Amino acid sequence: MDISIVSLVATLIVAATPILLAATGELIVEKSGVLNLGVEGMMIIGAISGFIAAVNTGSPLMGFIAAAAAGAVLALLFAILTQVLLANQVASGLALTLFGLGLAALLGHSYAGIKPPSTPKMEWMGLADIPVVGPILFNHDLMVYFSILLVTLVWVFLKFTRGGLILRAVGENHDAAHALGYKVVRIRTLAILFGGACAGLGGAYLSLIRVPQWTEGMTAGAGWIALAIVVFASWKPWRLILGAYLFGGVTILQLNLQANGVDIPVSYLSMAPYLVTILVLVIMSADRTRASLNAPASLGKIFHASS
Amino acid sequence: MIRLEPRTDPSRLMVALTPILAVLATMIVGGMLFVALGKNPFEAIRMIFWDPILGEFAFYYRGQILIKAAPLIMIALGLSFGFRAGIWNIGAEGQFIMGAVIGGATGLALYPLDSFIVFPLMIVMGAFGGFIWAMVPAFLKIKFNANEILVSLMMVYVAINFLSGMVTGVLRNPEGFNFPESRSFQQFPAANNAELWAGTGIHWGVLVTLGLVVAAYVMLTRHIFGFNIRLAGQAPRAAKFAGVSPNKMIAICLGLSGALAGMAGLFEVTGPAGKLSTTFPVGYGFTAIIVAFLGRLHPIGILLAGLLLAVTYVGGDIIQSKLSLPKASIQVFQGMLLFFLLAVDVLVNFRIRLTKRGSA
Repeated sequence: MDISIVSLVATLIVAATPILLAATGELIVEKSGVLNLGVEGMMIIGAISGFIAAVNTGSPLMGFIAAAAAGAVLALLFAILTQVLLANQVASGLALTLFGLGLAALLGHSYAGIKPPSTPKMEWMGLADIPVVGPILFNHDLMVYFSILLVTLVWVFLKFTRGGLILRAVGENHDAAHALGYKVVRIRTLAILFGGACAGLGGAYLSLIRVPQWTEGMTAGAGWIALAIVVFASWKPWRLILGAYLFGGVTILQLNLQANGVDIPVSYLSMAPYLVTILVLVIMSADRTRASLNAPASLGKIFHASS
Repeated sequence: MIRLEPRTDPSRLMVALTPILAVLATMIVGGMLFVALGKNPFEAIRMIFWDPILGEFAFYYRGQILIKAAPLIMIALGLSFGFRAGIWNIGAEGQFIMGAVIGGATGLALYPLDSFIVFPLMIVMGAFGGFIWAMVPAFLKIKFNANEILVSLMMVYVAINFLSGMVTGVLRNPEGFNFPESRSFQQFPAANNAELWAGTGIHWGVLVTLGLVVAAYVMLTRHIFGFNIRLAGQAPRAAKFAGVSPNKMIAICLGLSGALAGMAGLFEVTGPAGKLSTTFPVGYGFTAIIVAFLGRLHPIGILLAGLLLAVTYVGGDIIQSKLSLPKASIQVFQGMLLFFLLAVDVLVNFRIRLTKRGSA
């Protein structure tokens, strides 16, 4: 067998980044007390919008900007449904996913088989040449570092800022937050838009860097795995990285085993990431009291101001 | 300023009216979508909603509508019970696939036995396949409190991979030149779910579906189980005091919806699809979620909604061939329908009041 640990770790980071981006967005959404199951839909819309923008402008950066915008626009639909029209969040999230998958397939109809402009790797003044550490830490594109930065910013925001405190208050008890004069609907809408933008970025990372190509249904459950990672992380930002990289590791290991012709049919190896996700969910949810302590108390509940 | 005022009781008028409103809104916005795609919107809408039922070739399309409506209605009936009780099985697509695989494999194992017992046995095994697949999220929810939405969804991807493993492995047609597909059920009369009357599209699955609609109606409105389901959904605490065990509810709702989805998969693979292959899953399990909501989680509503969605499937095929629109446009259409339905749903529980700013 020919599997190099260094390249394995380096590629698992790439495999984990789309999910990390989407999960970070969803963490903020859930912290505000909203459960948006439309991550998969927003990701795939981000993937195709980013792809179209990048191909037409020749700039991957424009692609990522367009992807974030498109993800946020789709999330706005969810916000209108759940925050203004008080629709069921589970059903609305599912609608977002079904609609997003269809719309992305429609938009991407004529973009199959095209290569997007390639995204350059970051220059860290030769640090990438250091053995072992170099390829793992210093030989990636901008978005990998951006995803880590984003997790850091979200952590700082939630833990040390007034805005983060308000967001958490809204998520824990929306009636109390409303009584204190906080605009529950406005805060939640902003959180949903942020979540959409992050999911869009994650999707674009798939179509522009990870694959890089557009194929119908290319997210293949990545959005749902991002949702599971938020549960795995017990709604704590740092643990998102752990969860996403664990998942990336399983994916890459499985792909490497396939490439090395291990005597297990490809179809069964491809199940691994999904089975691991289930396993992780089971482990994290088994302790009921701890699981319920970590989850935002108003998660998924509908808020309607009485006056 | 527009204000929402809660109604004391849900409006019965709106419950019936909102699905129609949603369909109309979808037609209007869908029409705009077709304009954006450079097509005549009136022609496209007519092709989707009119031609399959009353157009020139409707004699052929009508059979197709029944073929597509049957699995949608059968799956949605199962889902509706769980959705009512707040148990979200969204992995019906996986259960549909596993029903087809397990039931289909049972038949293929008996090939070429020519006995009347083959097909009924396959139906039972198909339902069992879907049931087992749904019991995974049920068990993990009951035992470990794992979210059934995420687990059932993950199981869809596992099922898709399992199917492809099977058709490239043990279930591959030994006389099929290595194509990733099973033996054809059309050439195995004892296992074939053929059209019962030529040209009508009616196969065993259609008849069973009709029976299930009646059974579900009786169950929901006349049986204690239906009452408990509604109670568990609307007042979980009251249900608990009334002796309705939440865990039992989870197992029954998931198991029932899984069995129905699995049975639908078996009827599909032995009939319209004809064989197991990697292209077998076409998303009926997901569209059935739209059917369940559009039908207001009520058996009669689901019957009508299933027929409507089947019409859009057939209409989608028509615009695909006649207007050369991509297949995905109909998926957008269906997604939009669910969006609008959820949006106008607000009218059921709220009144819209116009008030002067500040007077509230």
